[in-house]
Amino acid sequence: MSLLDLTATQLAKAIKKGDVTAVDAMQAVIEQIEKKEKELNCYVTFDKEAALKKAGEVQAGIEDGTISGPLAGVPVAIKDNMCTDGVLTTCSSRILGNFVPAFSAEAVIRLEEAGAVIIGKTNMDEFAMGSTTETSAYGVTRNPWNTDHVPGGSSGGSAAAVAAGECFFALGSDTGGSIRQPASYCGVVGMKPTYGTVSRYGLIAYGSSLDQIGPLCKDVTDCATIMETIASHDVKDSTSMLRTDTDFTSALVNDVTGMRIGIPRTYFGEGLDPQVKKAVLDAVNVLKSKGAIVEEFDLDLVDYAIPTYYTIAAAEASSNLERFDGVKYGYRAKEYDGLHDMYKRTRSEGFGPEVKRRIMLGSFVLSSGYYDAYYLKALRVKALIKKAFDNAFAKYDIIIGPVAPTTAPKLGSSLADPIKMYLGDIYTISLNLAGLPGMSIPCGVDSDGLPIGMQIIGDCFKEHNIIRAAYTYELARGGFKTPYDKEVQ
Amino acid sequence: MANVISDETIEYVGILAKLELSDEDKENAKKDMASMLDYIDKLGELDTEGVEPMSHIFPVQNVMREDVVTNGDGSEDTLKNAPESNGEAFIVPKTVD
Repeated sequence: MSLLDLTATQLAKAIKKGDVTAVDAMQAVIEQIEKKEKELNCYVTFDKEAALKKAGEVQAGIEDGTISGPLAGVPVAIKDNMCTDGVLTTCSSRILGNFVPAFSAEAVIRLEEAGAVIIGKTNMDEFAMGSTTETSAYGVTRNPWNTDHVPGGSSGGSAAAVAAGECFFALGSDTGGSIRQPASYCGVVGMKPTYGTVSRYGLIAYGSSLDQIGPLCKDVTDCATIMETIASHDVKDSTSMLRTDTDFTSALVNDVTGMRIGIPRTYFGEGLDPQVKKAVLDAVNVLKSKGAIVEEFDLDLVDYAIPTYYTIAAAEASSNLERFDGVKYGYRAKEYDGLHDMYKRTRSEGFGPEVKRRIMLGSFVLSSGYYDAYYLKALRVKALIKKAFDNAFAKYDIIIGPVAPTTAPKLGSSLADPIKMYLGDIYTISLNLAGLPGMSIPCGVDSDGLPIGMQIIGDCFKEHNIIRAAYTYELARGGFKTPYDKEVQ
Repeated sequence: MANVISDETIEYVGILAKLELSDEDKENAKKDMASMLDYIDKLGELDTEGVEPMSHIFPVQNVMREDVVTNGDGSEDTLKNAPESNGEAFIVPKTVD
């Protein structure tokens, strides 16, 4: 038995009891990273000495009683779009290739205060724009289940690191599915909380009205525990919500009797891989056998979510990414002729193709003459999509569907056709538009041996329903073996 | 209904986006943007007459607070990230003639 067999909460308990130390845990993770990283490339930045030193400090704090809590001593990986004081934060972009923040993101601070120990920064699609982690300026991350396949994205490094035992849990961010989809592709649990639940302070912005930080982890208990730790009302983020119901671990209840589950027919139609469909519906049947009331229904406007999303996300991205101009931080072009030429060359050399594509689209839909037709139109459709979910949640406690239409595609097969890649986000994207919480939980493996995720969607501020259903399903399902578990068998 | 992006439009978008585009970049961007806009035009099928544009999901007000410095002077750390500085300020190319 290895330490890496433990979940984050199990590890924290063992450290608290004195069976193992935070340093032992970090050493186990480092050994696994050294064994696997060359093949998988989950991390952009990993400083072994700093991680061990920090683990030693935290262990001392645990022993003298100054650090306690359910994640004390547990090694954690942070997606590279969250600022970490004194640690390189690149957003997997060349333009931030040398950026060392002078402060940490609020979610990172919350974890550190709870005694979690940062291992390093995980790879992602550049500026979180992508679904495969192939648009990173620092190489692709590979899926630990099959290294010919992508880990998903944009939080692909975080998901792969959890699946490969290269960390005990990780933080990701989700703008259109960027936590849930890689969690599904890598066979781990991932959750996007209700918009405003976790502070975005220190998260490098992509689509500010859509971005939300959340956990990628080994099981539902870890998920609830991490959520409880990172959720906070933060005056530094004006969209942060004041919530008094962030006791997410209280929802770890093995009972779904009478829970009303809606199954949107439109999520199970054309384009969905039959094996994914079967695995998700089988999982729904498990919940039904546990006493849930399951009903099919028609969720409106599903086909309009992607064009709405790409209009809004691109518009917000074009505005958010204006700050990268070679003046205050990051890359500056070596040769230029005057100020404006410096801006243009810096940005053209610093951003990759997908980022430029979205900045240009965003600039266009916000430009005078097109603003009403595109941007305002998308905001109106967003209101209709939110209404469609409101109608659904008047009848159901949770909605269940697939996370993605297929399991993880092969490396190199997605980027050539952007619209096809965007279509892969069809089941995840509307949650960001409507601010809803959603979780991806493993529910099977396809004939190629790749994991399948089930998506559980709740109404705004109703994470408890999601966690309760996921926990009940997880207990009925039994253990879900990750590539790491298989390797040690 | 296929969108066609003109040379003038892509030139203008390049200025707005502050990106220097080679001729090849421009041709690719014209194709990419046209196909994205064709796709986005699907939203035109929906009647949104009378629907208020929704910028924020929750009915919350703008959050105001006093502008009080709480994090001290971080200028030294901040300037460490500057591509060029003189220790007290960012150095940039000449901005006015």
